[in-house]
Amino acid sequence: MSTPVTEFTKDQLKEGRDQFKVGDGVRVHTRVREGEKERIQIFHGICIAKKGSGIHETFTVRRIASGVGVERVFPVHSPNIEKIEVDRESVVMRAKMYYMRERIGKRASLVKEKRLVEQGR
Amino acid sequence: MSFLLIGKKIGMTQVFDENNRLLPVTVVEAGPCPVTQVKTVEKDGYAAVQIGFGVQKEQRLSEPEKGHLAKAGVDPVRVLREFRLAEGESYEPGETLTVEKFAEGDKVDVVAVSKGKGFQGVVKRYNFGGGQATHGSMTHRRGGSYGFAQDPGHIIKGKKMPGHMGHRRRTVQNLRIVGVRPEDNVLLVKGSLPGPNGSLVTVRPAKKTRKSAA
Repeated sequence: MSTPVTEFTKDQLKEGRDQFKVGDGVRVHTRVREGEKERIQIFHGICIAKKGSGIHETFTVRRIASGVGVERVFPVHSPNIEKIEVDRESVVMRAKMYYMRERIGKRASLVKEKRLVEQGR
Repeated sequence: MSFLLIGKKIGMTQVFDENNRLLPVTVVEAGPCPVTQVKTVEKDGYAAVQIGFGVQKEQRLSEPEKGHLAKAGVDPVRVLREFRLAEGESYEPGETLTVEKFAEGDKVDVVAVSKGKGFQGVVKRYNFGGGQATHGSMTHRRGGSYGFAQDPGHIIKGKKMPGHMGHRRRTVQNLRIVGVRPEDNVLLVKGSLPGPNGSLVTVRPAKKTRKSAA
C-alpha cells in the first residue's frame, strides 16, 4: 500500500502542544496580523474540550468576557499560536466540559471537580 | 501546454497554508508516468501521447501489451491513458512525466469515477422533496407525478426517476495545487475529488481558468 495520509502532515505538527488537558486554565498566545504589523494577543480561559487527532486536532477555550461567554476553537498545531501557557490545573471527570455553558456568575470560572481524586477514589 | 498525469487518490487531510489557515486537501499520488507511445498525424491520424502509470506484474500483461511496452522500453504498467498534443510540442517514448510538471498554486482539473451508490430513489438521486411523512400520507419518498395522461400517452424523455447513482466519470475543475512533493510523487490538491480512496484519477492543467488568474 501507499503511504498513509498522515505522513504528509507530519512536518506541520508542532511539538510540545500536548502540555495541557481539558479543565486547565490556559493562556493562548496567538499571532495577530494588523496590516503590516504582527503582534501577540492572549486569549485566556478554560480549555473545555479537545477534539480530533493529528493535524485535525482542535481545542476549545471558554472565558467570560464583559459578562458574555466567549468560546474560541484553535487548531492545536496552528502556526498562529506562539505558545500555550497553563496557569491553573484541575482534574476533571469528563472529556468535554460543555456544562460550563450553563453556568452563570462566579461558578462560570470555577472548576471544582477535584474532589474524587483528592480523596484517593 | 497539454499533458496529464495518471494517479491514485490516497485520501483527504488538512494542511496549513502560507496564511496559517487550515485547508482541506486531497493527497494524490501522481506519476511517474512513462511515455509509452507517441502518435503522429502521418501515422495515426492525430497527434497524441500515450502514457502509463503504476506497477504491474509482467505475467498479468498480454503478449501484445508486452510488445507494445517493450517497443517504448517501459516497465510493465497498470493503466494507459493518452492526451492530445498541441502544435509544436513533442515527447519521446521512454520519457517520464512526474509531479514536477506542476507547481504550487497551479490550477488543475481532476477526472475520476465517482463513488457508486447503487440503485437509488429520486430523493437521494435528484434531491426530490418526497411526500408527507405522516397524516395518512402514502407518498413518503415517491417522485410525484411522472407526466401526462392519454395525450401524449408516454413519459417524456429524460424524466428523473429512480436508478443507478454514482460510478460516473466526473471532472472537477479549477482545483488549486497546494503542495508538490516530488520525493513521494505526491500532489496536494485543495478540496475533494470524486471516487473512493485508492481509485484512479487523472490530473491535467485546468482548461477554464479565469483570465485574471492565468
